[in-house]
Parts: sequence; structure tokens; C-alpha cells
Amino acid sequence: MYEFSYHRPASVAEAAALITRAVDGKFVAGGQTLLPTMKHRLASPSDMIDLGGIAELEGIVVNGNIVTIGAMTAHADVAASTEVREAIPALAALAGNIGDPAVRNRGTLGGSIANNDPAADYPAAVIALGATVRTNQREIAGEDFFTGMFETALEEDELIVAVDFPRPEAAAYMKFENPASRYAIVGVFVARTAPGPRVAVTGATACAHRAHRLEEALQGACNAAALDDFRAPVERMNADIHASAEYRAHLVKVMAQRAVAACV
Amino acid sequence: MLTINLAVNGQPVSGEVEARTLLVDFLREQLRLTGTHVGCDTSQCGACVVMIDGKSVKACTMLAAMADGAEVTTIEGLANGAELHPMQQAFMDHHGLQCGFCTPGMVMSGLDMVNRHGNDLDDATVRRELNGNICRCTGYQNIVKAIRTGAKAMEE
Ligand SMILES: Cc1cc2nc3c(=O)[nH]c(=O)nc-3n(C[C@H](O)[C@H](O)[C@H](O)COP(=O)(O)OP(=O)(O)OC[C@H]3O[C@@H](n4cnc5c(N)ncnc54)[C@H](O)[C@@H]3O)c2cc1C
Ligand code: FES
Ligand code: FES
Repeated sequence: MYEFSYHRPASVAEAAALITRAVDGKFVAGGQTLLPTMKHRLASPSDMIDLGGIAELEGIVVNGNIVTIGAMTAHADVAASTEVREAIPALAALAGNIGDPAVRNRGTLGGSIANNDPAADYPAAVIALGATVRTNQREIAGEDFFTGMFETALEEDELIVAVDFPRPEAAAYMKFENPASRYAIVGVFVARTAPGPRVAVTGATACAHRAHRLEEALQGACNAAALDDFRAPVERMNADIHASAEYRAHLVKVMAQRAVAACV
Repeated sequence: MLTINLAVNGQPVSGEVEARTLLVDFLREQLRLTGTHVGCDTSQCGACVVMIDGKSVKACTMLAAMADGAEVTTIEGLANGAELHPMQQAFMDHHGLQCGFCTPGMVMSGLDMVNRHGNDLDDATVRRELNGNICRCTGYQNIVKAIRTGAKAMEE
């Protein structure tokens, strides 16, 4: 890892000022992705702006039908939160199945979605639940936030402050996990909402996306049998040592059926 | 260089570190607390797990600077003189180790389980919670037994 200047601001305003001044600054949340990346010298920022000292970025607040989770809230805290478990149990369960306990103690919601790993879990929830990503500059619809492999709608120096998750009627997330890392080989998040079912798929393609065809198939009857004839497009699927494109396409259907069945 | 002040195993400690110094390197190289191991250095194996403010963390995936002001507990902080901590004693009694390289991390993760799930741990919970700890020797059977027994013994 190359040397850098380390900063620990106490407010969002201070963090924003620091990153503007830095030649090649980077925010660091729990460091659970950024530090391994820097060890490999795939990133070598001039300045690291640690968000760990900013109290306003942390915490969970329920206001009516909206569950707001601060960007710096650790996966373990979302998993253990009585508010989240009551309002959106599928989201608490998703957070509780990310990686391992030590990763969940340091890894954050903001870091996970900013990083937008193609196999990350949170992006599927942000999209399917119709969440809104709030930054220090604007609000971004969850659906528009994830733009490509490790790419997001964030501007260079933009800071995620919190994510607003609307409470669904019911929701479920099912992932076929990589047994070593627990990242999703394929994960499907299904949410029943008043206008109809919303579905997002992660792990399968370049990044998590809303699955309009799965939603259409579920318009009539929102049950697993409605997807019996569903075929995911093999040509769009990722292929790597963990799973071929054909296998991933198969998993999209199976995980979607399991998620729909669990979505009661 | 940065100056950091923290508590390690109950003792106030201060040190001069580079910004890029990993917590595990600070503990091992500067404080000479070599009980915390580096198995992979890529955040997978859990040999480097320590407690920060009561929560398990991979010390190879945290900067020393991030631990400024924190309370850190390493494997060296568990025994009471010659008397092993109940979780350590359980690893000894159940032969929960062979080469011992993974053991410090296993013990710390075991303590973290007790903090969150209490003293009555079943096999499924322990195995699930050990997702982030890799052992290349034992096959885990005796590690699971040791953690369950150690958890129970901590109640007494
Ligand atoms: C062993 C292991 C297993 C894992 N398994 C899983 C898994 O099963 N599923 C899964 O989804 N993930 C998994 N992860 C990733 C984990 O969820 C991390 O939380 C995630 O990678 C982000 O880490 P972090 O929050 O520490 O962010 P960091 O690593 O600190 O930052 C990641 C990126 O986000 C940017 N960033 C961070 N916070 C903000 C913010 N508020 N605003 C703007 N940009 C920001 C940083 O600049 C950086 O580019 C795993 C990681 C490890 C090490
Ligand atoms: S050395 Fe830290 S996880 Fe392996
Ligand atoms: S005892 Fe050798 S790695 Fe676990």
C-alpha cells in the first residue's frame, strides 16, 4: 500500500471540503473493500478521508413508512436493529448474511453501494424497495444509482449521507452465495408494494438491476408457479470460475422463485 | 507520521505510525503483541481478529490510525496471569487446535459470539459464525466443541 495523508473529519461539511482540496482523495468507510484494493495497489489515493468520526452519518430512524439508514451504519447494526427487523425484516436478514461477523462490524451501507460490486447484496435491496439515496448534493432514485460494474451515479466528490427505504407490504431476498466470501453468485430481492411487485437481481450481470421481465411475469399472480416458464437471458449473464452464464441464468429463476415463495 | 493514543488490553498506549500502517502491524511490530496472526492479509482468514470496543474486527483490514481512541483487546489480554481464559482453556481441553495459527482469531471470534448470542451456543450458530475464520488443520469439529464449551464455561 502506498502512503497517503489521513484525515478524520467530524462533519459532512468538513469531509466535503477535504475531498475538494485533495489531489486524488477518497472517502473511506469501514475500509472493507478499499483497504484490500489499496494493498493490491489497484487504488492509491493521495488522501484518505475517514468518515468514521462523523456522527451524522450513522444510525437508523423510522419515520412513518420510511426507514432511513445512515451511510456509515455497519451491516451488523442493520441486522440487529429492532426497527429494521420490524419494518423490513428482509433488509435486516440481507445485512446479517453479508460476509462474516468481522466484516459486518466494519462494512457499511454507504461503502457497499458506492462500491457497487456486481455481486454485492445491498444494491438489490436499494433497487427492489424503491429506495432513495441521499447525498450531500441531491437525492438519487435507487434504480438510477447503479450504472455499471463498480460504477454509480455519484459524482467524483459526492458523499452518500443516508438511504431512505420505503416499507413494503412484504419482501424477501434469496441468494445463492459463494461459499468462501458469501458474495451473491446470484441474488434476487422481491418486494410486494401497492403498485405491484418489484424485483431486483444482483450477481448475475454487470451490476444489480431492476428485473422488469420478472415483474411482468408476477403481475397476475405473485407466486413461484408464475415463474415456471421464465428464462433469464444467458447472453447477458456474467461467467467466471464460480459459475457459467448458463448456470447463472438458471439461478436467477430459482432464486426468484424462492424469494417470491418467501415473500409473504 | 501520526500519533495515535489507544488502550490495548487495558493499558494506555501511544505510538507513531504511518497513515498506511495496518492495525495488525502496529500490534505485532511496534507493541510486539505477536499473538495476533496474519494468515492471508486479504481479509479472508480471520487469524488477525481482535476486539475493538467490544466488537470483532479483522486487524489486517483496519488502519492503526482508525483505532485512535479505541479500546483494543488481543489474545494476550485474555488470560489472568497463568490462568487461561475459559475460552482458551476450552480450546486446550478439546484439542481445538493443531498448528495453532488460526487459534487467536478463533478464540476472539468465539468471544464475539458469546457477546451477541449468549452462553448457550448450538452447533449451527457456531459454524455459521465461523464463516470468516479459516483453519487449514483441524476440520473444525473440535473448534466448534471448544467454542460451545468455552461459552458455557464463561457463564460460571
Ligand atoms: C471477506 C469479505 C466478504 C464479503 N462478503 C460480502 C457479501 O457477502 N456481500 C456483500 O454485499 N459484500 C460483501 N463484502 C463487502 C462488504 O459488504 C463491505 O461492506 C463493502 O465492500 C464496503 O466496505 P466499506 O463499507 O468498509 O467501504 P470502504 O471499503 O471503506 O469503501 C468502499 C468504496 O466506497 C466509497 N465510499 C464509502 N463510503 C462512502 C460514502 N458515504 N459516500 C461515498 N462514497 C463512499 C469509498 O471511497 C470506496 O470507494 C465482503 C467483504 C469482505 C472483506
Ligand atoms: S490476516 Fe486478516 S483476515 Fe487473514
Ligand atoms: S490449527 Fe492450524 S490453521 Fe487451525
